Amino acid sequence: MSRFLSNSTILDRPVGRSQRSAEQNVSLSAFSYLFSEMVQYHQSRVDSVSALEHRLEAAGYGVGLKVLELLAYRARDYTRQTKLMNMLQFVSTTAWKALFGKAADSLEKSIDHADEFMIVDYAPITSTSVSVPADLGGLSVDAYISGIIAGMLQGAGFPARVTAHTVEEGDRKKAVFLVKFAASVMSRDATIIG
Amino acid sequence: MTSSSSPSSLLFVIVGSNEPLFEVDLQASSQPISDAATRQSYFVLHSALDLVERSASNQMYLKIVDKVNQQQVSTFLTAGNIKLMLLHNVHQNKSEEAIRQFFQDVYELYVKFSMNPFYAYDTPIISEAFDTRVRALGRKYLS
Repeated sequence: MSRFLSNSTILDRPVGRSQRSAEQNVSLSAFSYLFSEMVQYHQSRVDSVSALEHRLEAAGYGVGLKVLELLAYRARDYTRQTKLMNMLQFVSTTAWKALFGKAADSLEKSIDHADEFMIVDYAPITSTSVSVPADLGGLSVDAYISGIIAGMLQGAGFPARVTAHTVEEGDRKKAVFLVKFAASVMSRDATIIG
Repeated sequence: MTSSSSPSSLLFVIVGSNEPLFEVDLQASSQPISDAATRQSYFVLHSALDLVERSASNQMYLKIVDKVNQQQVSTFLTAGNIKLMLLHNVHQNKSEEAIRQFFQDVYELYVKFSMNPFYAYDTPIISEAFDTRVRALGRKYLS
């Protein structure tokens, strides 16, 4: 057992100071390869598009929970988000930068529904090198990212349903992550002062 | 059940969304604590949980959230709503600063531990290494 060979465990290694150091970055090709293998793995075990998306979301969910803790720790200010807008800002800027190298392209509030928000990314790394065959219809592998967002929000106490949609804008496509918060979150946010 | 003389105890618990994930008795004393005292300690800790839920502060360190007889519960709430709770006695006179340092170090330990991809978030922590280090931190800051 490696435990007997080395005395240091994950608890001894430093968490990592900032995102900018080279050792923190993983190559895009490594990620794309791993991600494509993961998609294929799940694809061989399900028989419907929605089940596949569900599995990808579940995979991302665990990542979201842990990334939330890690990024909050790295911020070093020992504070947590209690207000809805602050949490969404945290997800679309801080978390996006840490995960994808840049902030999300925009964060929008839905006009029709008070509990819906949209996070827009023009080139999500999960789908830039993916081509969806015709028989898989509306599959969006960005479901993985929806899972990450959902995990982060759930962990912080803002349960929400997150779905990924590909929208045509002029001559290019963009990925829109629709975040629909639970009713309890909206009512609680209304009562918090500040 | 002892009510006039409260048990002198130093209990540290990590509570997730459904259940306690980790607990350790940081008391250095060699005399065994009576059963009734232990039950009372846990009771105080868990009733303090309700107060934590309702706090709206955006700070992680919530200081003392409950005070029962001579026992106080200090809490540290992580970004993922995991509660690190410490039950201590007024007589022990632990300084605010010492408790804060203790929580910050355990928080760092917890974040590192949860980065393990084989650890499912919000499940009981059974790592020996984690246990040893938390005890060491307890000795360093709280005794």
